Amino acid sequence: MAFDIVALKHLGRLARIGLDETDCAALGGELGPILALVDQLREADVEGVVPMAHPLALAQRMRPDEVTEKPDRDRLQRNAPQVRDGLYLVPRVINGA
Amino acid sequence: MTLHGLKAIAAALAAGETTSVALVEAVLEKIERLDGKLNSFVSLTRDVALRAARRADAAISRGETGSLLGIPMAHKDIFCTEGVKTSAGSRMLDSFTAPYDAGVVERLKHAGAVMVGKTNMDEFAMGSSSETSFYGPVGNPWDLGRVPGGSSGGSAAAVAARLVPYATGTDTGGSIRQPAALTGITGIKPTYGRVSRYGMIAFASSLDQGGVLAPSAEDAALVLEAMAGFDPRDSTSVDEPVPEYSALVDESLRGRRIGVPKEFIASGVDPAVSAALATALEQLAGLGCEVEETSLPHLGLSVPTYYVVAPAEASANLARYDGVRFGYRAENPANLTDLYERSRREGFGAEVKRRILIGTFVLSHGYYDAYYLRAQRVRQRIAADFRHAFERYDFLVGPTTPSAAFRLGEKTADPVSMYLNDIFTIGVNLAGLPACSVPMGFDGNLPVGLQMIGKAFDEAGILALAHQYQQVTDWHRRVPPRWE
Repeated sequence: MAFDIVALKHLGRLARIGLDETDCAALGGELGPILALVDQLREADVEGVVPMAHPLALAQRMRPDEVTEKPDRDRLQRNAPQVRDGLYLVPRVINGA
Repeated sequence: MTLHGLKAIAAALAAGETTSVALVEAVLEKIERLDGKLNSFVSLTRDVALRAARRADAAISRGETGSLLGIPMAHKDIFCTEGVKTSAGSRMLDSFTAPYDAGVVERLKHAGAVMVGKTNMDEFAMGSSSETSFYGPVGNPWDLGRVPGGSSGGSAAAVAARLVPYATGTDTGGSIRQPAALTGITGIKPTYGRVSRYGMIAFASSLDQGGVLAPSAEDAALVLEAMAGFDPRDSTSVDEPVPEYSALVDESLRGRRIGVPKEFIASGVDPAVSAALATALEQLAGLGCEVEETSLPHLGLSVPTYYVVAPAEASANLARYDGVRFGYRAENPANLTDLYERSRREGFGAEVKRRILIGTFVLSHGYYDAYYLRAQRVRQRIAADFRHAFERYDFLVGPTTPSAAFRLGEKTADPVSMYLNDIFTIGVNLAGLPACSVPMGFDGNLPVGLQMIGKAFDEAGILALAHQYQQVTDWHRRVPPRWE
């Protein structure tokens, strides 16, 4: 599998990273060898092996369904690029451009 | 002022020979004088440090003691620090002030540690050379033309140059051990789940683990016992008691069994590294350990496995950076999609984008089974190799890296050659095991590291092995001359 411009633009859309033609040209050359590296996994015999999602073979812990922290909206929104009246502002979505 | 071990510094503070405020002033003066060349810090926190130092001095004058109380240190800029910029080395978070402290930061603060600044790192911890930082590359204090390793390269360089007595780091594929090796210091990555990931900016959640960079194993033990432990806010934190590691470093090693995986001494290891390893193995045998060759047959597949698993997890974790709630936002977005796509295009650097795209690819429809699921199966094989080896051995040792520090820019154009530098460290993260790197000699004027891997939750064992090795060697006392 090679990363041509169509495949890269598709990946860029899935990852919400804007890619232009120049980016795609560079990425095609960079991602190809990385894919060749991970393609070594085809050599491995994994017949009947249970996939390992996590190093700890433990069940997830449950906690009581209680409020543990009070959200402090004003403090958290100090990091937001644009807010008004406690709301995060984004470009128009309905009837937008 | 010379910094020589946490015990000595704590003793000087307790005896009234110095004060925390004086230590902080001296550390900040040294950083301001020398770090221009090293670029190991991205922020200095003078006011925060002096407030904490005055509190520590008051506590000490009331007769309180503590192994870290009043002693300056630095946090890798991946740990959230309340009210202080936390960037993860990325333009994306250049304007981000953390609204709370990470679990690790909280615990160290509670122990009286005094943060003087935040250290430089590869962007979002993705790199092995600290060259992918938005704030520019970090130099290696042994040779400014060489990399200090990464991703915790700022922490490693700062400790190696003795700018601070110790620093925190994180290790997803070797990011504590590899920079420790390349800068001639001691670094420990604990067992997955040992140290809280709460407030530690996520890269690959099934691999990330916080740890310590310090000159010696004894110092690393003192820091680790303060920062480890259960945190209910991290769902993968393990609720097991934390031993007093520093009290266990002298436990006898007589009869302990050490396996040396032959894959760690295979071709591709530089002759100077092999020679240093041979001497180190004799010294470990001299401590009473039995040393023999063993094998981790699937270790060769750990780099390909990692470069599926880690990017997959990263692509999910980094989806949160959307330019809406926090972080970088592109100017004049035409619509919401344009806002997302341009904020991420402009906010992330090249290596982070490569990994997000690879991760998106291996998780995408039609490729998930062939790549992601297959990598998880190979990961099981690699973890099983370690399980089998630890049925026979107490420790596995080998070189931390195949060679000493490479040149700045040497591997930036070739991501795969950069990735292969972590060939000896990545398997440990895939298996979730604890491991440390200690200095074991030099290749010319560049230090090389010895990796010691332990059974899950046997940090005490590897710290004892490292400490006793450091009682018969003095590599960890070598300081790059111009930074004295």
